[in-house]
Amino acid sequence: MPTLAETRGATRRFGSFTAVDSVDVAVNSREVVGLLGANGAGKTTLIRMLLGLLRPSSGEVLLFDSSPSMATRRRLGYVPQTLGLYDDMTVRENWMFTSAAFSAARLPLPASIRDVSDDLVGRLPLGLQRRVAFAVAFSHQPELLVLDEPTSGVGPLSRARLWQDIRDSADRGTGVLVTTHNMEEAEQCDRLVVMASGQVVAHGTVADVIAGREIVQVRCASWQRAFEVLDAEGLIVQLQGEALRVPGSARPIQELLARHDLQASVSMEPANLEEAFVSIVTAGTSR
Amino acid sequence: MSWGLEDASVRFGSKLALDGVTLRVDPSTVGIVVGGDGAGKSTLLRALVGLVQLSGGVARRPVKNDIGYVPATAGLYVDLTVDENLAFSGGAYGVRGAELARRSAHLLERIGLTQARSRLGGQLSGGMQRKLAVGMALLHRPPLLVLDEPTTGVDPVSRAELWRLISGAAAEGTAVIAATTYVDEAHRASTVMLLEQGRPIAIGAPAEITASVPGALGVVRSTAQPEGLAWRWGAAWRVWAPSDDLPSGAERLEPDFEDAVMIAALSDQGAERGDAHAR
Repeated sequence: MPTLAETRGATRRFGSFTAVDSVDVAVNSREVVGLLGANGAGKTTLIRMLLGLLRPSSGEVLLFDSSPSMATRRRLGYVPQTLGLYDDMTVRENWMFTSAAFSAARLPLPASIRDVSDDLVGRLPLGLQRRVAFAVAFSHQPELLVLDEPTSGVGPLSRARLWQDIRDSADRGTGVLVTTHNMEEAEQCDRLVVMASGQVVAHGTVADVIAGREIVQVRCASWQRAFEVLDAEGLIVQLQGEALRVPGSARPIQELLARHDLQASVSMEPANLEEAFVSIVTAGTSR
Repeated sequence: MSWGLEDASVRFGSKLALDGVTLRVDPSTVGIVVGGDGAGKSTLLRALVGLVQLSGGVARRPVKNDIGYVPATAGLYVDLTVDENLAFSGGAYGVRGAELARRSAHLLERIGLTQARSRLGGQLSGGMQRKLAVGMALLHRPPLLVLDEPTTGVDPVSRAELWRLISGAAAEGTAVIAATTYVDEAHRASTVMLLEQGRPIAIGAPAEITASVPGALGVVRSTAQPEGLAWRWGAAWRVWAPSDDLPSGAERLEPDFEDAVMIAALSDQGAERGDAHAR
């Protein structure tokens, strides 16, 4: 698969602050890559470098095998979380405006939004607004798409339709980079890149990122008391129904609870992606 | 004391925003309402706290001073400092003086904002603002805590901290009900309600909802859409057969909660259309 976008040792400094620190990422044709990171991890700076809005302080950013420029800008599509549509223009007007801006060939309005072509964008429900934003971003047939939380905030049926749009585009050869805080979106990606403090701290499939990490699960007749004990230790304890999940290892947790006269069944369970993510990004940083 | 809604409906003009919702909110539990934009989550919560009037049914809620409510947007004053926000909220609920100082210090420590006491609300990051808003709603130890999308747009680390704060209130006996658009947050709840177009399409413990999926679920590893009720999942397709007959080439799969949500939405859509096959 051809590589569409690539960074090699890309670094960006703002004064004495290093926002992106020697990052290597690549997005290939036909794949959907998820970019995860806590706020301030450097995701936005990395995206801005890929879009050609910022130059790297050192290292290399390659878009279609050359430095980002106006010529490469025409070959990519970007949908920010705020969608970037004109609310007081109709769907068709938004579509035509963007095609004209990219000097793209006049294509027919895609079937996904034809029914609402004369509606004002601002009046549509969020799921449809997102489909319009995708259609507009796809209108100049970009080779690389950058999408920010593309399916957040919509119901299950809308979400499925949005993913179908994204996958159809990838099947036609587009490379897709999804930035997200949403673990359901992350799990839909073919490959993940996890950033913390400007660096790539994990990458690969969901299983590669979880990397066999485990979490302590506590079941106790009084979850409330167990919660208070674990919480008072400063642990990031999470309630799951009536079970508690907490980072660490089983024995000290069991002993801690026993010191408070709490009988609990304590086991090690496979961590989910969110738990693994929190463990990865909090490991090297102090927040 | 348990609160909640019984067969509650809300009408805005000709639009039925909430359609016969029954939901119990018990002390020391976390209930979560999951739905997309326009599903009726905010209307449900606002009906529960008494901010919108029911056109039918009953809402059982404590007196206003016993409710902590955080709306989906705002929930704090951007022009006030963190301390002033807490004092303002305390004043509204009769928490003053030494009690306000003690409670504020405790909550600020829990949400990691002790060092930010004199910063303006508007200068805080999105995640910090949400934590402060939830902290303000908890100041007067309300028996009922109602949170509208407390974690939307919040990164996973801040999200874990927020849920720790929220679950901590439940551990102390508060009845918590929260709305979210993130399906994966549902596993935090003891009871989940899936809401679509103002109607509950599934309710129960997440494990119960997952276990009660009818028919069969399969995965089809191809880019071509398989026959039947199918949706794209990653590079493959998921296909659901209400009658247990999976198309050929489909590999059987145990549904997880996200599959159960999708299947509930598909069945609901089928029922809406009068599609006997999907019912």
